[in-house]
Amino acid sequence: MGQTIAEKIFAAHRRDTPTPDNVVLNLDVVLCHEITTPIAINDLVARGMDRVFDPDKIKAVIDHVTPSKDSKTATQAKIVREWAHRHRIKDFFDIGANGVCHALFPEKGFIRPGYTVIMGDSHTCTHGAFGAFAAGVGTTDLEVGILKGVCSFRHPETIKVTITGTLGNGVYAKDVILHIIKILTVNGATDKVMEFVGPVVDAMSMEARMTLCNMAIEAGATCGICLPDRVTAAYLWPFIQGDYATLDAAVADFGKWYSDADAHYAGTLAVDVAGLAPQVTHGFKPDEVMDVSALAGTRVDQVYIGSCTNGRIEDLREAAAILAGRKIAASVRGILSPATPKVYNQAMVEGIITTFMEAGFCVTNPTCGACLGMSNGVLAEGEVCASTTNRNFNGRMGKGGMVHLMSPATAAATAVTGVITDPRPFLQQAKEVKA
Amino acid sequence: MKEFGGPAFVLDRSDINTDEIIPAKYLTENSKEALAPHMLEDLKLEGFDPRAEKLRQARAIVTRGNFGCGSSREHAVWVFEKNDIDLVVGESFARIFRQNMFNCGMLAIELPREDIDAIIALGPDLTLAVDLEKNVLMAQGSHKAAFAFTLNPFDRELVRAGGWLAFADAHY
Repeated sequence: MGQTIAEKIFAAHRRDTPTPDNVVLNLDVVLCHEITTPIAINDLVARGMDRVFDPDKIKAVIDHVTPSKDSKTATQAKIVREWAHRHRIKDFFDIGANGVCHALFPEKGFIRPGYTVIMGDSHTCTHGAFGAFAAGVGTTDLEVGILKGVCSFRHPETIKVTITGTLGNGVYAKDVILHIIKILTVNGATDKVMEFVGPVVDAMSMEARMTLCNMAIEAGATCGICLPDRVTAAYLWPFIQGDYATLDAAVADFGKWYSDADAHYAGTLAVDVAGLAPQVTHGFKPDEVMDVSALAGTRVDQVYIGSCTNGRIEDLREAAAILAGRKIAASVRGILSPATPKVYNQAMVEGIITTFMEAGFCVTNPTCGACLGMSNGVLAEGEVCASTTNRNFNGRMGKGGMVHLMSPATAAATAVTGVITDPRPFLQQAKEVKA
Repeated sequence: MKEFGGPAFVLDRSDINTDEIIPAKYLTENSKEALAPHMLEDLKLEGFDPRAEKLRQARAIVTRGNFGCGSSREHAVWVFEKNDIDLVVGESFARIFRQNMFNCGMLAIELPREDIDAIIALGPDLTLAVDLEKNVLMAQGSHKAAFAFTLNPFDRELVRAGGWLAFADAHY
């Protein structure tokens, strides 16, 4: 019988099969940030095992609370910084070079098709956009990954999600994944890999594929995964041009990871996005999703654009198209956090930062901060935030706060009106002005 | 092998996420002990009081489906560990939370909904005991009941080894 892409990656990285249903994998990359890594480092030191399996395969960043907001976060940053220096981890990103991990590491070319990747962060599934098996893990898995370069997983059963149709103007990857989570529910893909295929995925940029894979965990999935193709090869070309004579050669080589036609799937889901409206969450679970029209008019106090879900250059462009020449409502606090220095710089070059600032947004440095209620935009009790992030859990962005998840375009339209708003009429107007 | 069980506390809701078990604002702590007072502080559950004496005395949690979803934070397991809770029984678990439990040598047991219904029906004065040789969970409340469970063989190995670090260090 044929294999899925996840099964092929497992077969190529199998270190051990300790029990029939578990596989210990060799890891290509172990990613680290300052929230979940310090306790692993401290534990290794306390055990007299302060070693790393391969400093070149470990990548580290200070991203969740940066610049540090208090003594405790400064200590966390210090522990990771000193550890990175001590072990000569050259790919360590600190103030001035740091950004949101799941946007920064792909930008650096660290994630390649067929790789195995872990990080002590649930949104590690983002990296499956490159045709890698990438899974979020806890601190103990991370600690063993750092020390031994291995991680254990159950056999990777896969749900094949085939996405067809044409996305309407003002509807994006974020709307697609929210729609899919609504169908699957928050545990519909638990212990499964979600393999995204079909013409809609083929037509997506790497940025959009990362948005799609980023929220696979919100349906419980171990990893989201896309088949690596010409789009993947073009994105990675600056990093892989030494390995391949031509882009075509890279694309042909990536084909070895493709799921076989007779591969076994634990489930299939066909999603037609024709006619899909912009999607917005309500309630406190990411599967509580409605068409924007059902929530239109809901007052918001804050609009947050950023995060590993939607803080990339494309996201900023989509929002800026709506904000151009407009002001955000006086009742709204607008916060933009470009996900990486590269995104920030590109947005400056394109005039996007000016567009945001003239509209009345505050622009922060790249950081995860507000998404999980740690810094740079925490909500007060009773406040409502329209957010491009990935979790609307109770208290997620601040105790007693309410979060509505949506695309950057919907968030920008909402910022302008002060209430949840369909972005499509704004885009139509923008078109007419251009014409 | 280690003994699991004792007085149990029921959290009768599905999809309890790790932000509810330990809010992100406490993730700046660099010691597991510092987490202990904040267990389940943001849990959204009718009538639930995170300061309840019964919760303080609990050695086990009984819950519904998809327990521990969301963030990968192992802090959600450590906060139970530091409150002397090393057993969670539920209809199902989110993958990362379940793995974190076994990685710490703790026990996450899945039972069908009918069994969880039956355990909850035993009333608030509930005590659980686990027989890892016979794969039976004994529950004592208004009366006694026993429930057969299955453990993934590798998860059993982790409990036996006292966690993933000990297992991995011995094997790899």
